[in-house]
Amino acid sequence: MSVRTKIFSAMKQIAEEQKVTLPPLQDDLSLNETGFDSLAFAILVARLEDELGADPFTVAEDAAFPSTLGEFIRAYENVPA
Amino acid sequence: MFPPDSIALRHYLGRGPKDRTISDARHSVLLTDIIEHSGLTGGCCELSGRSVLIATSRQLFAALAMIELDGVARRMLLCPPDLDWERLQALVEQAGIDTIVTDQPLSGYCAERCSVLGIDLPERRAAGRTVDHATEWLMLTSGTSGLPKIVRHTLDGLAGAIIAEGPARHSDAIWATFYDIRRYGGLQILLRAVIGGGSMVLSEPGETIAAHVARLRAGGVSHISGTPSHWRKLLMSGTAANFSPRYIRLSGEIADQAVLDGLAQAFPHASIGHAYASTEAGVGFSVDDGREGFPAHLIGRNRDGVEMKVVEGSLRIRSKRTARAYVGADALPLADAEGFVDTGDIVELRGDRYHFVGRRGGIINIGGLKVHPEEVEAVINRHACVQMSRARSRRSPITGAIVVADVVLTGGTDEKRHETIRAEILSRCKDGLAAWKVPAVIRFVERLEVTAAGKLARTDA
Repeated sequence: MSVRTKIFSAMKQIAEEQKVTLPPLQDDLSLNETGFDSLAFAILVARLEDELGADPFTVAEDAAFPSTLGEFIRAYENVPA
Repeated sequence: MFPPDSIALRHYLGRGPKDRTISDARHSVLLTDIIEHSGLTGGCCELSGRSVLIATSRQLFAALAMIELDGVARRMLLCPPDLDWERLQALVEQAGIDTIVTDQPLSGYCAERCSVLGIDLPERRAAGRTVDHATEWLMLTSGTSGLPKIVRHTLDGLAGAIIAEGPARHSDAIWATFYDIRRYGGLQILLRAVIGGGSMVLSEPGETIAAHVARLRAGGVSHISGTPSHWRKLLMSGTAANFSPRYIRLSGEIADQAVLDGLAQAFPHASIGHAYASTEAGVGFSVDDGREGFPAHLIGRNRDGVEMKVVEGSLRIRSKRTARAYVGADALPLADAEGFVDTGDIVELRGDRYHFVGRRGGIINIGGLKVHPEEVEAVINRHACVQMSRARSRRSPITGAIVVADVVLTGGTDEKRHETIRAEILSRCKDGLAAWKVPAVIRFVERLEVTAAGKLARTDA
């Protein structure tokens, strides 16, 4: 499974748990429009760290938090293996 | 000097049946033998008025030393087994120790500064000791990090709850505890046995649960105490079958409904009580109705002379059972100006009952919203497949921290059911807790670490 697929799958799972209806997941979707609050993102980042072995937002201190879904996915794709 | 209305521990030895014993895995000592025999060896040191450290590897020897020294020494410091000599050195200084009673070879700093006495089974006939001191009992707090604090008790205060209940209530009891008797919870049980006219079966470090339970059964143990973590471990071990104590006591941690129900199921003929006590605050109360928390009417002054109030969420206790003071050069006051000890245990009123929600210092802060790990664990533990759990903080780049949970499932839980159980636990948490308190991640683990004091190890507390 690609990083992208894993992220989408984790987001859908959390959306279901949090009773959030996700819009269609596209790269240019603003994270604000996902319906996720900061707690939902905190859960997502924690679970992805367990699944992918990386948390790109803590590793790089100066990392700006992404604003679109595409940027969010790229942050994970760009983590050195 | 000895107040006329006080009694030293040795005066209780001859009361009750003549076959009373204290035993560990290797020896059984008749209490009546201790009246006229001494276990102290290696010197004719006059112990009257001495400040003594009791640092033995075996609990049996510690018990014998306590009985010999109470009423004789000025003070005795009870050293739990897991303390290294390096840290002990600082405590020896703080407590002004001049004599050490030990069953181990001793060299270095402490040995040079103090008289050292050995201790063995009570086989030497001893001249009647003069009981002329109200000996101070010094104990160490069970804090998880840094140097423990020394707190000072009197036998009167330590035995306050036992005397209040009427020692005759359990006069034929054979007591046991999963605690070490040099910790507050364990010492309470030793004192119950000695003062109440019963016997005592000690725990043994490193002993397997199966071997321990076999010994409890062989010793006819009828009354037994431990922390909820000790009890969960016993329930998990599958060795509880065939063991049928009449009285089960929990203390030292929050007794949640799940562990109370689990014990009621495993020991249908036992009465089950959970007590609130701490090294500093002494025994506050015990609750015998099988429900978690305690009735709200206990707040205020009760008939045992224990007074409780809740200030800023934390339970505060004033009574003669609280420790007298912290000991040491720069010791802080133990109680406030009115004599109340702040326990740091946070309680919440739900209906007509107060529930413990956690420690003040253990709060997890999730983007400014607070959660006690214990309140999350209480919900998780209610799932029938869960044996025990630990909620903890995990750092988060988004909210600063989030709650995650490590869960031990009951033995024989099918791995195929893990995902279903995970979903069920999450759904229960969502129903019972505010959104930020629901664990973000639930991990199934084989076991959870329990500290030497019998409490769930909390790295973030």
